[in-house]
Amino acid sequence: MKGAFWKSGVFVILALLLVLAGCGKNDNAASTTTNADGTKTDNGGSTGSENSGGEIKVGILHSLSGTMAISEVSVKDSEMMAIDEINAKGGVMGKKIVPVVEDGASDWPTFAEKARKLISEDKVATVFGGWTSSSRKAMLPVFEELNGLLWYPVQYEGLEQSPNIMYTGATTNQQIVPAVSWLLENKGKKFFLLGSDYVFPRTANKIIKEQLKVEGGELAGEEYTPLGHTDYATIISKIKAAKPDVVFNTLNGDSNVAFFKQLKDAGISSGDLTTLSVSVAEEEIRGIGADVLAGTFAAWNYYETTDTPANKTFVENYKKKYGDDRVTADPIEAGYDAVYLWAAAVEKAGSTEVDKVKDAAKELEWDAPEGKVKIDGETQHLYKTVRIGEVQTDGQFKEVWNSGSPVKPDPFLKGYDWAKSLSEGK
Amino acid sequence: MDVIILQLFNGFSISSILLLIALGLSITFGLMKVINMAHGELIMIGAYTAYVVQNLFADYMPASMFGWYFALAIPVSFAVAFVFGLVLEMGLIRFLYGRPLDSLLATWGVGLMLQQLARSIFGAPNVGVKSPAWLDGGMTVGDNVFPYKRLFIIGLVLVCLLVMYLYIYRSHPGRRMRAVMQNREMAACLGISTRRVDATTFAIGSGIAGIAGCALTLIGPIGPTIGTYYIVDAFMVVVLGGVGKLVGTVFGALGIGLSNTLFEYWTTASLGKVLVFLCIVAFLQWKPSGFVAMRSRSLDN
Repeated sequence: MKGAFWKSGVFVILALLLVLAGCGKNDNAASTTTNADGTKTDNGGSTGSENSGGEIKVGILHSLSGTMAISEVSVKDSEMMAIDEINAKGGVMGKKIVPVVEDGASDWPTFAEKARKLISEDKVATVFGGWTSSSRKAMLPVFEELNGLLWYPVQYEGLEQSPNIMYTGATTNQQIVPAVSWLLENKGKKFFLLGSDYVFPRTANKIIKEQLKVEGGELAGEEYTPLGHTDYATIISKIKAAKPDVVFNTLNGDSNVAFFKQLKDAGISSGDLTTLSVSVAEEEIRGIGADVLAGTFAAWNYYETTDTPANKTFVENYKKKYGDDRVTADPIEAGYDAVYLWAAAVEKAGSTEVDKVKDAAKELEWDAPEGKVKIDGETQHLYKTVRIGEVQTDGQFKEVWNSGSPVKPDPFLKGYDWAKSLSEGK
Repeated sequence: MDVIILQLFNGFSISSILLLIALGLSITFGLMKVINMAHGELIMIGAYTAYVVQNLFADYMPASMFGWYFALAIPVSFAVAFVFGLVLEMGLIRFLYGRPLDSLLATWGVGLMLQQLARSIFGAPNVGVKSPAWLDGGMTVGDNVFPYKRLFIIGLVLVCLLVMYLYIYRSHPGRRMRAVMQNREMAACLGISTRRVDATTFAIGSGIAGIAGCALTLIGPIGPTIGTYYIVDAFMVVVLGGVGKLVGTVFGALGIGLSNTLFEYWTTASLGKVLVFLCIVAFLQWKPSGFVAMRSRSLDN
């Protein structure tokens, strides 16, 4: 009898682990925390200060522990740097910005709870935070209920527009849609869509499939793998059999490492097959290995190598502050922009009140490291320049195409006839 | 036809990887009945050891020697994971024998601590291990390419299997080990130091996890949480194969690996995995003790 009990115990645990393994390993989806290690990073010393006199409190809410810490800690770092820089120049309206840092712990209910705490207890003027779409969706009702203001710094799947959120990352028409057009023009018509199995890749691919239909592309195959999938041998066989011109890669997180390593081993070089990724930035390249990725493409709005005067100082300061081995990347830059844009809006409004700041933020322009950005008053997304880059052997991107001027954000793809069914279907 | 051959090869390749990660567990879990949830983290330790060895080679050895770091990384990974296993056994698991649920929770906690340790030392993002040049590329047969790395892992598994077989079934320490695992009291009466045997057995299982981690750097990510990707599969292989038998683990790995590639090719990756798990559940309903049942009186109580 003991044996049976013992075995059933093992199965309960295995089942539990499966659930955790399914939810835990991703960059943009539901992140139940696998690492219930309880380590809360306290970047504080700042809590407890009064929001009076010469100070303005702002919230910073990212995952500092758990699976998402990989990505979000760097964004927090760049936001802190922006705050320090603004303070060094005399602050906002002559007042010092004091950050209140909270840990979302890679767990979306925690994000909602901490957002509530920041707004109601700490009475922060605004919050910079979030990464996964699920963390944003969890915080959204809190910000709408308490009329707070959230600055969200990551590219996402679009089809959203909350009056209480400022989106400083790209929406689909600033990343995926132009990337598909560019590929069709320059690399070939036959697309193979590969993504992790959750909402962002599936939504993105739905859009891509509609676009391929009208722009003369052809769908060679569509595959999804569970988050944290580590063996791509079979997928690579399928890609070989389908003979596509382009693999459009929406894999997320560690799966990218396995996929690209194994693709190279299977004897498929970037010369034989074009791959374009939307979730691989400078930071990810370091973990995969530049030699493996060299020659592949990515679509973002910013690269460390983007040639603007503002970026030169940004990269220099970031490395000086956090170490030469650190790299900057698109979401890191978008977080940095968010702080400056908020500060500029507050200056213009002469107040930190959410409604006044939102009004002042309309059509606000700023010379960001990625080039000129402008807040679109209607959608509260940013006008951003689209850039397609090719990975070099040193782990940096070489820009091969850009949209020339900042592209107007269109989260519901209203400007595209073929996308009607998508935006209405939602 | 080509596709069939390639998929068959992929199946064997996945089986070899599964076997490698499950071999260590087949000792600690299969023989010793310790539900070691930190097994994945011992794999992680092996992977990071390979990373450290690589960096040392890059810094202190001439560039022409760099390719051979991997040959050294394998024994070093074994040694480091062996030491971790030894410390873990003597510091914790020793006190929890016969209490499977307690050891399960305790090792789960140890696993989390090791993950955080890796995060503190190496940082949260993944690190890159450059594979040695002699493992790049592959053998071309007709239209098919068989990557050297996968062939190498298959070879490595065969060597590990052979060494373990010789150790467990053909050596004196191995005989003592089996004696202790099968009948502890009797072995103790015959003058075997069961404590020492426990410690070395656990450490050997851990060391093999280290080798697995080292090999996995060739094909997968290396980060603080890599252990969690493999731990479920490792337990599946051992349970399906039959707890306590080496040959069972081999069959378990082959069964899961081959059916996984087959199902994945016919359906999709997600559905393929579901089908594999369904098959496993159905199989265990039919044969609850796995492919190879251990005939021993100690399981009857």
